Amino acid sequence: MRIARWASLLVAVALLPGLARAETVVKIGAALSMTGPAAAYGAQQKAGILAAVEQINKSGTLKGVKLEAVVEDDGSTKEQGIAVFQRFINKDKVAAIIGPTLSNTAYATNPLAQAAGVPVVAVSNTAPKGITDIGEWIWRVSLTEAQVIPGALKAAQQKLGFKSAGVLYGNDDAFTQGGYAVMKSALEAMGVKTVGTQTFAKPDRDYNAQLTQLLAQKPDILVVSALVENASGIVAQARQLGYQGPILGGNGFNSPKLIENAGKAAEGVLVGTAWNKVSGEKGNQDYLALMKAKGHEPDQFCTQAYVGVEVIAEAIRLSGKGTREGVKAGFLKLKGLVTPLGKFSFQQNRDGDHAPAVQVVKDGKFQIMQ
Amino acid sequence: MQQAVNGLFLGSIYALFALGYTLVFGVLDILNLAHAAVFMLASFVALFLVGRSGLHILVAFPLAVLFAGLLGVVLERVAFRPLRARADSNISGLISSIAMATVFEALALWIWGPNVSRFPFGTIPERQFQVAGAVISRLQLTIVAVAVAIFLLLTWLVTRTRLGREVRAVAESPRAARILGVDVDRVIAWSFFISSALGGAAGVLFGLAFNAIQPDMGRGVELKGLAVIILGGMGSMPGAVVAGFALGLTEVFVVAHLGASWRDAISFAGLFLILVLRPRGLFGAAALREA
Repeated sequence: MRIARWASLLVAVALLPGLARAETVVKIGAALSMTGPAAAYGAQQKAGILAAVEQINKSGTLKGVKLEAVVEDDGSTKEQGIAVFQRFINKDKVAAIIGPTLSNTAYATNPLAQAAGVPVVAVSNTAPKGITDIGEWIWRVSLTEAQVIPGALKAAQQKLGFKSAGVLYGNDDAFTQGGYAVMKSALEAMGVKTVGTQTFAKPDRDYNAQLTQLLAQKPDILVVSALVENASGIVAQARQLGYQGPILGGNGFNSPKLIENAGKAAEGVLVGTAWNKVSGEKGNQDYLALMKAKGHEPDQFCTQAYVGVEVIAEAIRLSGKGTREGVKAGFLKLKGLVTPLGKFSFQQNRDGDHAPAVQVVKDGKFQIMQ
Repeated sequence: MQQAVNGLFLGSIYALFALGYTLVFGVLDILNLAHAAVFMLASFVALFLVGRSGLHILVAFPLAVLFAGLLGVVLERVAFRPLRARADSNISGLISSIAMATVFEALALWIWGPNVSRFPFGTIPERQFQVAGAVISRLQLTIVAVAVAIFLLLTWLVTRTRLGREVRAVAESPRAARILGVDVDRVIAWSFFISSALGGAAGVLFGLAFNAIQPDMGRGVELKGLAVIILGGMGSMPGAVVAGFALGLTEVFVVAHLGASWRDAISFAGLFLILVLRPRGLFGAAALREA
């Protein structure tokens, strides 16, 4: 409709002087998995993003700038993720993109943003390699496995003082194998003696042989890199074999399913986490109060998405420009921002940096180990 | 010591599964490749009875086994009997049993979905015993005891009862059995019933032991079962039991001393060696029956 287009242009021109004096709207695109296998994460992320945008607009820290979130479903797939990114870049002309939910999708979508010069903030991608490596426009809030596991091990050792470890990992999966590599180097760096290392494959259901062999060496702690289904079986069978000591898992353990599947056996399982839910720091307490007022029970994904928006807002404040270049320039200056995750900075390689925490399963729930 | 317990435990499940496999092979010279699907379905049915209907496992177990047995009879009617008159019934039966396995698996996928299902906690009360430095759970003890009881029952059935004699007669020669007045179709149906009931029992025990039930759980065991009956000698029941335990123990010791990646490699290399050195298996007599 040519006439309609002319008409709307005319209206826009007429309104222009008014707009210039009022607030500039800065759009942030959020590509989240609202459907598909990662849908549970996407719902939490959306809640975090909307809460953050509302909070920042209300607080007035960005003078003359109004943030607007455009949330689209990436369908947990690369194909839909690409379509959403193209829309954000070309049609919505967003200043920055948050997402996509899965690392796997990010591998396909982020090169588009890199080519177009649109800053991306990853809030849930934890693959250690290949995300921020895509280029100088890709930044990350979520800690990688390589950051969480050593932190968790160190915090657990301070508390429990273990000196020897038995290690069990799945050797047919890139994620669990990567986790094992991190665990191994972290244990070495801490001077913990590894008394035995055993492996299993994803379809395995019987881990008695491996566990018996490890437990015969009397390790102070079991360190396990496994996806949640295997993890549940391993934990249950270790307890059946009479092992009472601590079990520390990688990010695969970081799921309520572990407790659901393993029941009582899961008690005493330790897992690293990016978000210390019970931290008394002001950034976290304010955030918890805000979410409580909204009647939303936030998890780690919600919190990281919230921080994703805060980081973008801070970048706009630092550079004074709500443009793509402005956001990126702001990221370069950002340091020690107070967030629910603690004091947040970016590292040289654009990965996020803050202190991880350790959770322990107690009374059928994940609780922060203090 | 603990590893020996682990091995016996795993072996008892392999042996139960392989017994059913070998029984049908002994009688019909047919490999029933839907056996693993029956194994899986029985496990799901027991889970359904315990989880949904709240039955005690002691009631649910025989019911699930009975269900598996009846499934075996259906399997025989649908997949094997219509083909029996054909000249190439061994191969076509094998293929139609694969088809049935696919149908069963699809059914389980449709009803229960692809995710892992689990028995509720405390299905078998948790208790541990210390025996000579090894920890044995009540669950493991129960499973081995049930398996041994089933072996004894089956031995009695095959050697002491009229049905057992008829089964052996049909295994020897269906034609001779028929001349002697044995109702061959009935005997075959019974063999399938017993065979599938054994597979079902193995399935329920496997589900209880590792508490992870999913539609493709039978696949891993299927290959192991095949190895066991070849190792034990095709059609030999004592062979299947001995080979089942042998495989369980071997796997556990390989995992413990060489690592899990070597497990299948060593197991199947052993199988290969047996096939080369003693093609009829440990207890096999198949070669003699040709005459």
